[in-house]
Amino acid sequence: MWTWFYKLASPPYVYSSAAALAPWFLGLAALTVGYGVIDGLAFAPPDYQQGDAFRIIYVHAPGAWMSTFIYTTMAVAGAIGLIWRIKMGHAVAAACAPIGASFTILALATGSLWGKPMWGTYWAWDPRLTSELILLFLYVGVLSLRSAFEDAARGDRASALLAIVGVVNVPIIHYSVVWWNSLHQAATVAKLGKPSIDAAMLWPLLSMFLGCMLFFGAVLCLRLQGEVLNRERQASWVRQAVKS
Amino acid sequence: MTGGGFWEMGGYARYVWPCFALAAVVFAWNLWSARRYLAAARLRARRALAMAASEGDEHQL
Repeated sequence: MWTWFYKLASPPYVYSSAAALAPWFLGLAALTVGYGVIDGLAFAPPDYQQGDAFRIIYVHAPGAWMSTFIYTTMAVAGAIGLIWRIKMGHAVAAACAPIGASFTILALATGSLWGKPMWGTYWAWDPRLTSELILLFLYVGVLSLRSAFEDAARGDRASALLAIVGVVNVPIIHYSVVWWNSLHQAATVAKLGKPSIDAAMLWPLLSMFLGCMLFFGAVLCLRLQGEVLNRERQASWVRQAVKS
Repeated sequence: MTGGGFWEMGGYARYVWPCFALAAVVFAWNLWSARRYLAAARLRARRALAMAASEGDEHQL
């Protein structure tokens, strides 16, 4: 276990692993997302209250889940970089930020498009929506801080600190529908006990969740290779890596 | 599918389809920008290696 952990600190190991994993993640993501989209759009039955508008859940819920999952990954990777001074931790955090920001935009925009026919408005200052918007600002802050410093190491440390402080927002997003009166519906899938969604609707949704995770894995692997190369330009192993 | 066929989405087409279109854009952008980022990093690394090699040749002369 620890040997594996230490291996993750090695730039050539991270680079070659990411290069090997990316096509697998991408292929599996194409299959699972493809199934989720086709089954979710064409075969899942309409909701008895929301009709076909409920199908927005197949892109909204995985987008929202990815926005918080990627943020947590970024904060943990940043913490590893700060505490153990492992450069690869900062590289993972840097690779996560733009991907997470894009999924947060997807969650906010699709939530807004779902809100109009269901709530009668595109936006409300609801706890769930507001905390998700704060998450987008945190991503923008992390991205801006990283590029604000000429010294990349200082940018790494500053953005990792912001990511760690901002992680407090993740449980706030999750429990906002429990702690406060919210327009947003409570958890449907991620809750203790049986999910309150029919199996015919649930399977494509689970497939979309898995597909988005795999897609994140693929894009992370591609970006991570770039991050490693940018940080290790002078290393001897890079000559062999960029030849192929 | 409720009445009206697949593309009408039971009257919610103008909300459902833009969501899926945006998701496609987000997926495509992520893939494109990650590949572009990696290609740019590879190019920078090659340039740095070439520069280091030419500086080494100058020292030898």
